[in-house]
Amino acid sequence: METLLPLLLIVAKSLLLIILGLTAIAYYLLADRKIWAAVMLRKGPNVVGPWGIWQSFADMIKFMVKEPIIPTTANKGVFMIAPLVTAALALSAWAVIPVNDGWAIANLNVGILYIFAISSLGVYGIIMGGWASNSKYPFLSALRSAAQMVSYEVSIGFVIITVLLCAGSLNLNDIVKAQDTQWGMLGWYWLPLFPMFVIFFISALAETNRPPFDLVEAESELVAGFMVEYSSAPYLLFMLGEYVAIITMCALLVILFCGGWLPPFHNEYLDQVPGVIWFVLKLTWFFFLFAMVKAFVPRYRYDQLMRLGWKVFLPLSLAAVILVAGVLQFAGFAAQ
Amino acid sequence: MSVLNDYLPLVIFIAIATVLSGALLVAPFILAHKAPDAEKLSAYECGFNAFDDARMKFDVRFYLVSLLFIIFDLEVAFLFPWAVAFRAIGPFGFWSMMLFLGVLTVGFVYEWKKGALEWD
Repeated sequence: METLLPLLLIVAKSLLLIILGLTAIAYYLLADRKIWAAVMLRKGPNVVGPWGIWQSFADMIKFMVKEPIIPTTANKGVFMIAPLVTAALALSAWAVIPVNDGWAIANLNVGILYIFAISSLGVYGIIMGGWASNSKYPFLSALRSAAQMVSYEVSIGFVIITVLLCAGSLNLNDIVKAQDTQWGMLGWYWLPLFPMFVIFFISALAETNRPPFDLVEAESELVAGFMVEYSSAPYLLFMLGEYVAIITMCALLVILFCGGWLPPFHNEYLDQVPGVIWFVLKLTWFFFLFAMVKAFVPRYRYDQLMRLGWKVFLPLSLAAVILVAGVLQFAGFAAQ
Repeated sequence: MSVLNDYLPLVIFIAIATVLSGALLVAPFILAHKAPDAEKLSAYECGFNAFDDARMKFDVRFYLVSLLFIIFDLEVAFLFPWAVAFRAIGPFGFWSMMLFLGVLTVGFVYEWKKGALEWD
């Protein structure tokens, strides 16, 4: 009984986080569509419920009762596992994200390394889906996507290193605490590491295949990318995985650069607000930025995308690692 | 024991995420009405029958990108422990890593000049 109770507690916490998270995703998805519509002077989804607030749930039910199609030429096992891999991996990243001081399912001492590993694995779902479809568009799209995701992962890695140099820990909880200074939001890493913050934001867009880097599903070239042959719930799982990955990237921006659950300034009123509220507010702000970028930045060409990743971001972030380490070493922050 | 305490919640979380995703995946196979026919189940190719196999040759540059990725990603993996221990290892640790990054930069300049990063 003594061993069973903590186990049940973990299960309950995990279920709570996943259910709350998925409900939040439903509304973030709706917000995405609404923001996109507003920029185009449309109304967006507005039929299901007041202001369309039940739209995502209606979509989910629709996907669940649609006919699932598995092409006869597809490799059926891999074809069905691919969306499962995408969705399960995307959700798994949330196990280590602290939404408040110590509020994480697993407070790992290698938290950021775990997230880095999980987001690297994300490319497998796409490669498997694209290859197993045994159709030309998904195949080309999967290749493109793999090259795109790995290219930007390198600069994301270097940017994370600069944050680690400043924070001195791989634990996400400790990284946030390292940003807790008397200067409030001016002490968070977005200001001293501003160029890295921008590179991380743009790389996050590319890593999650968001516009302007959505070459994986560039409609005019590849129809719907690696998802062409998917329908019904397998398609839903791909979309879910994509949005969960976006939210994870927003959460990383909040934790690494914007002080996680910390209030913008310490005073007796702002300190009263629960940390989780600050976290969600910051997360929502970054999601809003993601949605706005989707709405008004034109799509890149593939060679421009690779040029930006390898010839601009990689040298810049490599130089930044050297610069940040040098400043820390010679300004007396490190052991002499 | 502490390893178990740290990683058990992680394993449980991943298991729950997988089971929930799996349940979603299986649901339409139980719930939905199915009426397959040959046209519906064929691969999509703008309304034509597929001309040839989709498992075709593709550009070697995709291989090149993944090779370069492996080098740089390993590099990042080397940097992680160095960055965490940065305050403790002193000037020797700093200059060792600068030397390593210098060697890497030489390699990077070489592949740039060779045109391995061109997509035209």
